[in-house]
Amino acid sequence: MSALAASATLARREVVRFARQRSRVVGALGQPLLFWLLLGGGLKASFRPAGGAPGPDGDYMRYFHPGIIALTLLFTAIFSTISVVEDRKGGFLQGVLAAPVPRWSIVAGQAAGGSLLAVLQGAFLLMLAPAVGVPLTAAGAAAALGVMAVIALTFTGMGLMLAWRLDSTQGFHAIMNLALLPMWLLSGAFFPAAGAPSWLAWIMAVNPMTYGMAALRRAMLLGGDPSAGEALPALGPSLGILALSCAAALAGASLLARRASA
Amino acid sequence: MTRPAVSVDVERLGRRFGDRHALRDVSFAVVPGEMTALLGPNGGGKTTLFRILATLLRPTSGDARVFGHSVVTSAGPARRRMGVVFQRPSLDLKLTVAENLAHHGRLYGLSGRCLRERAAASLDKLGLAGRAGDRAERLSGGLQRRAELAKALMHEPDLLLLDEPSTGLDPNVRREVLDHLEGIARAGGTVLMTTHFMDEAERCGKVGILHEGMLAAFDTPDRLKGRIHGDVVRVHGRDPAALGARIRERFRLTPSLVDGWLRLETQSGHLLAAQVVEAFPEEISSVTWGRPTLDDVFVGLTGRRLGEAAA
Repeated sequence: MSALAASATLARREVVRFARQRSRVVGALGQPLLFWLLLGGGLKASFRPAGGAPGPDGDYMRYFHPGIIALTLLFTAIFSTISVVEDRKGGFLQGVLAAPVPRWSIVAGQAAGGSLLAVLQGAFLLMLAPAVGVPLTAAGAAAALGVMAVIALTFTGMGLMLAWRLDSTQGFHAIMNLALLPMWLLSGAFFPAAGAPSWLAWIMAVNPMTYGMAALRRAMLLGGDPSAGEALPALGPSLGILALSCAAALAGASLLARRASA
Repeated sequence: MTRPAVSVDVERLGRRFGDRHALRDVSFAVVPGEMTALLGPNGGGKTTLFRILATLLRPTSGDARVFGHSVVTSAGPARRRMGVVFQRPSLDLKLTVAENLAHHGRLYGLSGRCLRERAAASLDKLGLAGRAGDRAERLSGGLQRRAELAKALMHEPDLLLLDEPSTGLDPNVRREVLDHLEGIARAGGTVLMTTHFMDEAERCGKVGILHEGMLAAFDTPDRLKGRIHGDVVRVHGRDPAALGARIRERFRLTPSLVDGWLRLETQSGHLLAAQVVEAFPEEISSVTWGRPTLDDVFVGLTGRRLGEAAA
């Protein structure tokens, strides 16, 4: 019980901290929005996705919309986990580590807080769906929020695995650019696997985030046009793989946190 | 409740980082009702020892028990009895002082009214009641340290473990913090802190001197100073090495060269000081004599002055 109380208080701290840092709020919302407008707008004329676009006409802004939601989840997760690196050497986390609470409850609190922030921001972008002509039903929105929560927990778990393992924020940035960003790029968020060369399509097929992305797209289509998104992996298996990745990331983070010295 | 005889029992503790021994075969015991200081230069092993006792770092050999609970195999119960004050503040600067305490309290299983009352009492005790609603980042360094202390005390720990509690504080605040710690010890609590300030160590019931990862001495300040027989005379001159040779020849004493000064231990230091000045008036620029201090004990044990070693 006290372990859960510890998780709850740490999650609450993440949210309060975030709300008090206006630059973080602006950056976390602004960057994906900017990417969406610049990349989506720029590529719109020359890019016709081979499949998987929500909506019948395959407009790129529409295709990119769930991808940008995933990017928001990724960025927010990264921002909320990066503080762990500094915080445990000379900040608030030192005191948390010396407190009589298990390490997994610390990880759970951090993951819950970071994911909550990520989903709130993702929800803001989700609300813009009608603006680009994505038909979104109530069931679709609810399902999408659920999938976003699992994606956010997965990203936060991965971020925490890095953060508990590494000693410097520089190292964190390096690995993030090398591992997490490509994971997003090759998840079908930016371009579909259908049109990609086979070696790339193969990487995309083994990337667990591909299934998170597929689950999100399919969730957003719920109650809408049944013919859309045919090229995507099915919802059930996608959700299964996403849930497994999420569990693995959180378990991994807990394990690494337990081993890490302060 | 009967008081346990020993609060912290450190037994043959060692910690290696690769080939480097940060801590070697350290044993000592800390009792309730007094302050104990671990004195030593940076790199002497103080912080490693602090981190092991705070259960944040595992030893590579030996063990330490906090009220009977091993910091290695039974860290949870050990943590429950401890309040830890870090050298670098563990306050969340974006949160208010009250919020910092609330989070801390919940980590120690406090909630509801009990949490609020303890937090208020702790802030009151440290004179911070009026600043509870301020963000920690708006507090001065001294106030932050006091808030840190309020946080560590709110779960009413039996052992207060502090890493360099007065580093970076101005003398007034330092004295205040020390007064406070003294009060806690007088009330039956156990205070164990690392420091590189001699005056701080002088106020403690026991002092351990850590040098190159080993515990060079552990005793009361008076008994440590009693190891030096008589007084300490320090002589400064243009050519300390040559002057040292001449003093050795003339007075049959062996001075040690520390920090550019020749250092002599002797009975009746005031007489020796006068004799030395009379014998070599040209070579000497300055002479001091005094009763031994912990600094002298430190020099005697390590061959270096603490201030010099800490810099």
